[in-house]
Amino acid sequence: MREKILKAIDKNSKLTAKELAVMLGAEEAAVAATIKDLEAESIICGYPTLINWDKTESEKVTALIEVKVTPQRGQGFDRIAERIYKFDEVKSVYLMSGGFDLTVIIDGKSMREVANFVSSKLAPMEAVLSTATHFVLKKYKEHGMPLVHEIEDERMLITP
Amino acid sequence: MRNPLNNKVVNIQPSGIRKFFDIVSEMKDAISLGVGEPDFDTPWHIREEGIYSLEKGKTFYTSNSGLIELRKEICNYLYRRCNLTYDYRHDVLVTVGGSEAIDVALRAMLDEGDEVLIPQPCYVSYLPCVLLADGKPVIIELKHENQFKLTKQELLDSITDKTKVLVLPFPNNPTGAIMTEEELKEIAEVVIEKDLFVLSDEIYCELTYGTKHVSIASLPGMKERTIVINGFSKSYAMTGWRLGYAAGPSNIIEQMTKIHQFAIMCAPTTSQYAAVEALRAGDPDVQMMREDYDKRRRYVVNALREMGLECFEPFGAFYVFPCIKNLGMTSDEFANALLQEEKVAVVPGTAFGECGEGFLRISYAYSIENLKEALGRMDRFVKKHS
Repeated sequence: MREKILKAIDKNSKLTAKELAVMLGAEEAAVAATIKDLEAESIICGYPTLINWDKTESEKVTALIEVKVTPQRGQGFDRIAERIYKFDEVKSVYLMSGGFDLTVIIDGKSMREVANFVSSKLAPMEAVLSTATHFVLKKYKEHGMPLVHEIEDERMLITP
Repeated sequence: MRNPLNNKVVNIQPSGIRKFFDIVSEMKDAISLGVGEPDFDTPWHIREEGIYSLEKGKTFYTSNSGLIELRKEICNYLYRRCNLTYDYRHDVLVTVGGSEAIDVALRAMLDEGDEVLIPQPCYVSYLPCVLLADGKPVIIELKHENQFKLTKQELLDSITDKTKVLVLPFPNNPTGAIMTEEELKEIAEVVIEKDLFVLSDEIYCELTYGTKHVSIASLPGMKERTIVINGFSKSYAMTGWRLGYAAGPSNIIEQMTKIHQFAIMCAPTTSQYAAVEALRAGDPDVQMMREDYDKRRRYVVNALREMGLECFEPFGAFYVFPCIKNLGMTSDEFANALLQEEKVAVVPGTAFGECGEGFLRISYAYSIENLKEALGRMDRFVKKHS
């Protein structure tokens, strides 16, 4: 039941408990209770909206920053990761295997703002050894959904 | 000038769906619940395999029966999915969609005057194909109270000494009805006793909800008298690739292959390569689509019942077949009025046989958002007219 609900709302968080109950063949109250539990356990962490900002007037840049850091005794990477993710402009932080340690994805209004963040906030942190900033030029797909072209139903309206 | 036309062909009625299609096409902003094909794109890894075959220059004819690797995969599939054992060398023919398989099977089996039992409501092509093959179609009108399943008694009542073939279209388009193993056993008994053959159209076999599809050919004594029709259109969302197949006794397949050889030559090569990939690696896609359809199925059945329309629960394909008799309109009138007033296209049940009168075929091969909008409009329409 939990997994079924999660799978159903993974790509559409607008479904109501009532609709989910119908679609999954379950009781509405049970679905609502399960969702509450999932929220309480931070398995469902939020209901953000997938917006293609490129199609709006607002200026926005996204950068992916590769960060090498020194892990700290007793706390590994968690503490430095926390210091980084607490900044509002940071959208995602991942610990990586391979040639660097953290991937930091940040949104800013301009390249200058992103550059400022890197040079004045991120790079000077004691544990940070180096950064490499890559700007996103175009977003093709996010959260499993293509952003670049309109999905049009090309089927004929009536077929046998 | 002499009449250039063949009377048999001229006398065949064009599909009722065609008439409605022309009306709907006029209406630019209509939203539809009328399609008979999946809304999913063909899974990318399958398309990619088709593209790769083109890049490698695999652009030639294949053998008449189809690529050996494809026929082998079809046999593997039928074994793993339906517990059927076929020899890829003699028992399988790859065709241009399930439709061609239906046509050549009937042409290979029928002599003039042979009777073919066709349970309706059903897909539109069996009847004209029987007529073109000089057979005599005998309609069995399935009943709502039986959830549009074929019963032993209905079958017995329709058999004469001319009866040769029974068409068995389950999971069913347009009703969504399925036949369970127990129900098929009763049918199989009669078929064996009366020495009939079965044309079992199992194109929707992957789309059953709650129970696994059972092929009548897997029942004792049935493999040698059953032609199984299947294909890639519905299971793998590959309608435009035009690829299907027939599996059955080698003596029938051999004659079918002869017709196919002269009329078609071979099924499209690119599609055949893509289909190999579908059968080898497409199970997760099928599973994903089935789960998604199942959610929409429940959603649509619930919405129709909330409108006050009587609606049996369909366990197969992607159609719901609600009854509109309490609104005092014919299926045609309902479909036309709904289109004019709310710009929603549904298919009148009569497009699938006269006994579809009083019913509509509603397809749920659409996104939930689309279904929500269309069913909301339909709800308004039903309220206004009841």
